[in-house]
Formats: sequence, C-alpha cells, structure tokens
Amino acid sequence: MTGIEARFRLDWPGFLLDVDLSLPLSGVSALYGASGSGKTTLLRCIAGLERAPAGRLFVNGEVWQDEGCWVPPHKRPLGYVFQEASLFPHLTVIDNLLYGMRRVHEAPRVSLRQAIELLGIGHLLGRKPDRLSGGERQRAAIARALAVSPRLLLMDEPLASLDEPRKLEIMPYLEALRDEARIPIVYVSHSVAEVARLSDTLVILEAGRVRACGPTVELMQRLDLVPAAGTGEAGALIEARVEAHDDAYGLTTLVSRGGTWRVPRLEAAAGKTVRMQIKARDVMIALERPGAMSALNVIEAVVAEIGPMDAPGVEIRLDAKGEALVARLTRYSAERLALRVGTPVFAVVKSVSFGRESLGATWRNIRAADAGAGRV
Amino acid sequence: MILTESDLQAIWLTLRLAGIVTALLLLIGTPIAWWLARGKSWWKGPVGAVVALPLVLPPSVLGFYLLLAMGPDGPVGKFTEALGIGPLPFTFWGLVVASVFYSMPFMVQPLQTAFEAIGDRPLEVAATLRASPLDAFFTVAVPLALPGFLTASIMTFAHTVGEFGVVLMIGGNLPGTTRVASVQIYDYVEALKYAQAHSLAAVLLIFSFLVLLALHVWRPNPGKGR
Repeated sequence: MTGIEARFRLDWPGFLLDVDLSLPLSGVSALYGASGSGKTTLLRCIAGLERAPAGRLFVNGEVWQDEGCWVPPHKRPLGYVFQEASLFPHLTVIDNLLYGMRRVHEAPRVSLRQAIELLGIGHLLGRKPDRLSGGERQRAAIARALAVSPRLLLMDEPLASLDEPRKLEIMPYLEALRDEARIPIVYVSHSVAEVARLSDTLVILEAGRVRACGPTVELMQRLDLVPAAGTGEAGALIEARVEAHDDAYGLTTLVSRGGTWRVPRLEAAAGKTVRMQIKARDVMIALERPGAMSALNVIEAVVAEIGPMDAPGVEIRLDAKGEALVARLTRYSAERLALRVGTPVFAVVKSVSFGRESLGATWRNIRAADAGAGRV
Repeated sequence: MILTESDLQAIWLTLRLAGIVTALLLLIGTPIAWWLARGKSWWKGPVGAVVALPLVLPPSVLGFYLLLAMGPDGPVGKFTEALGIGPLPFTFWGLVVASVFYSMPFMVQPLQTAFEAIGDRPLEVAATLRASPLDAFFTVAVPLALPGFLTASIMTFAHTVGEFGVVLMIGGNLPGTTRVASVQIYDYVEALKYAQAHSLAAVLLIFSFLVLLALHVWRPNPGKGR
C-alpha cells in the first residue's frame, strides 16, 4: 500500500469534517475548497496537530493513526509550512533551519545546502526573521521544512498571506521544489490558479466532505466542480507535445489531442510535453470557422455541457476530440448563438499559460499566436 | 545615616530569603503557570484562584493557617517531625516555605501571561520540526517567554523583600534567623528609634525604586516579528 490513506471524522460545533481519502505519494496533491471547507483541518489531521477520534491514517504502509495507535507529530517524518511564515523570532534564519535538521537522526536526503539553494536564501542566513520581507520569511520557512528531509511535505496556503508580487516571487521556488526535490507534497489552497499550476492530483472539499478527487487535468474541466464564476480564472488544462519551432516567425507548433496550436516560441525541445492552462475568459466561441482573423488558434469542438444560466456569465465546456476546453461567455452571447449540447463550434483561443517543466521553472502567460496584434 | 551591624544582618537575611524563594518559585511556579496557560482541565479555574489568593488575603490570615499547618499538631508539622527536621515555625526555612506560598502569584501570573502570549503556533512548528513537547518547552517556549521570566523573578524577589505580616506570624522576630529588614524597621519604630528606622527605610525605598526602574528599562520587546 503506497500512498496516503486517510479517514477522519471531526464533529465540532458548527463544523464537520468527514473524509475518506486516498492520495498518491508523488507529485503535488492539492486540497482545494472555500474557507471553512475543512482543507486546513484535514492537513492538520494528517500532521497530527489535530486529533480526530477514531481516525485512521496510513502513509506509505506505515500507521500514523489507528485505533489504539497514535504517532505524535514530532515523530512523523513530515515537513509543514504554515500559512503565515512561522519562523522562530528568537533565532536567525540559519538557526531556524538547523533547529529541525539537528533533530533528525536518519541520514538526510535533503542537504542543508540544497534546501538553501532551492529556496534562494543564501544571503539571508544571518538575519533574524523581523529583518526579512514577507516573501523571504516564507521562503525560509519552506527551506526549514525541507531541511528535515521530510517524506511528506504539507503546505497550508503558503502564499495566502502574501501580496500578488510576492506570490509570483515564490511560485517558481515551489515549482522547483516539486520538480527537483522529489518529495510528495500535499498543498492546501483556495486559489484555482495555484492549483492549476502546481498540482497533479486535486481534492475538492466542500463543507468538510470530499466532493471530488482525481487528476487535476480531468477535474479542472468539470464545470460543476471548479467555480470559475465571476473571474473566469479557471479553465481547462491541456497537455501538448512540442512539434516544431518556426524560427522565421518565432513560433512554436504544439499538438494536443484536440488540435494543433501555434504560440510564440517556447524554450522547449521538440518532443517535449508541456502543460497549458487555458483560462475560460480567454476562449471565444464561433459557429462558423472564422476567416480573416489575427488569432491563429482555432480548435474544432462540440458543446459538451452548459453551465447554469442564472448569472450574466455562463460557462460552456467544449469537447475537442476528447479534450476539454472551458469557455466563459455572457449569457446574452450564449443565447444569441443558440448553443445546445452537441452544437458544433469553433473555439478561438486568445491566450495560453504554460507551466511545469515546460519552460524551466517559470510559468508564463503567452498571448496565443495572435500574430502581432497583441490583443484579439 | 549609618546602618548598624544588626541592620546589615537583617538586610543580608532578607536578600537570602528573597533569593531562595525566587529560585524555588522558578522551579515550582513555572510548571504551574504552564499548566494554567495551556491546560484544558476544568481544574484551571480553582487552581488559578488558589494561586491568586495571597493577593487578596490579609497576610495575617495566610500566616495563621500556615502556622497551624506547620505547628507540631499540623499536617506539615507532623511530617517534618517524622523527618527529624522538627517544626518549621520560627526558623528560617519556615519563612521560606511561607514566603513561597505568599509570593506564588507574583511568579505564576506574569509567567502565565507570557506563556499565553506565545500561543500554540510556535509549539506546533517545533513539533513539525521533530521537537518533543519537553524539548519545545525549553528551546522555544522558554526563550520566547524570557521577558516574562525576568518580570516574574523581579516581582517575586521584590515582593518577598517587602513581606511583613506573614513573617511576623511564622518567623517571629529572632535576630539573624527570622528578623528581616521590614520587621527590623517595625522594631525601631516601636522603640521610637526613628533615626535608625529612617536609614533602613531609605534603603528599602531606594531598592524598591530601582527594582521598578529596572522593570521599566528591561520592559522588553518580546522578540516578536513585526
């Protein structure tokens, strides 16, 4: 039995957590949900910071909690990153890192140097936490969790307490962590963008229960699960193979199940698989193949699902040869086009985001081959 | 303003008493404060009230009960008798025991406040960094509560120095054994030796002022991040 098998039930006044969950012990598993959905409590139960009576927790075949068995948190081989950077204020950064490291008696699998370099905190080691910026503190806290060579890294909204520029500052370090440290991560978030960008497995929690659990790419396509309403930030994830580079025009051709994509040149070798996120607000729908138009990416699809029509905006899931795209239209447009499930349409994609290994450690927003116009 | 031999003896006795009581209360009061700050037991309320009793109880009342308990027929007295120590009243160690009770709230309450201010988070962090609860107490809670320890120790020491009623009930007035500075002053006034009372009173006044000044100067920023 490899992986995490967790069953917890907590019945507090006004709050219920009732989950029975299996997670893989590889890559990033995201616990996603609104505040109050129980995602942090679930994470704390896994860490042993919260004790659900009659809970069960097996990690990689080891019992951490069962009837008559309780491994206290300090004996669990995990790392934990709290929502607000919780460095010990009386210790310098390096002493914070050494605090956990000195208490681990197995051979370290992550060296101190690796932890410091991965999070880029080499120049901060001698400082006290109150001399660091918010982003620096959180990076140091992540490095500290890493320095205990955890077999499981638990992260509770590590970006939530930071402003947007700080988030963007830390995100590449998280991606490097996922791709280089090879430590399974359970990541709590209420941000669709973070989940889409980082996670392989997605657990959607609602009112203390698991609403859905599965590969992120699959769950992100389902209109009923990921509420993109309002922002249009959510959208489909598509994996595509780099087919060729066109140096004359500075374009890269990608092939996914649903069709061929042309995007401004990517720094990725031909044959490599990249992950693209296509936000629902960046997809337009046409009933006929658009002719004279600057956008290059037009994908043939049929309407697979139409979201609730009770708001000014409506989400449409499209099926492009088995690959899903999500589009967000105004209800007016949806009605004017008389969209029904099964209507054949053309999806015009304005913008694509690339992440993961695709482009080194950074995730870039690219206006999808909108040859020159900048905006469609 | 000249201090006599017996004044110096009284001052030395007072300092020794206050020092020993502060050291003992650091050992006894810390776990009590920790439990009051972090425990979840129903007993917290009653125990907290008992610890705080000397704040409101007349010292003579406290001294009276302690005298009964430590006397030859009291439970503590019988115990010390069985140990071969003999009864504690009118001995230096009797004073120490009584002062530990009397000064308890001055140690426990600042520590309790300091421990409560730390909150759960640093200890949870320590647990996820492999520190056992005891380890986390000494390496995280104590350093973070250091200002609290300083305040509590100074308060306890100063309060023991200023003790009068309990000393009179338990210790009486034996030169070199139980005659502390505050009792010495009382003696001088009773005997109308105002000049000598003045000298010793001035010493205690200056001492008290310096203690409060020290508390103010060291009133520490508790090492918290912004």
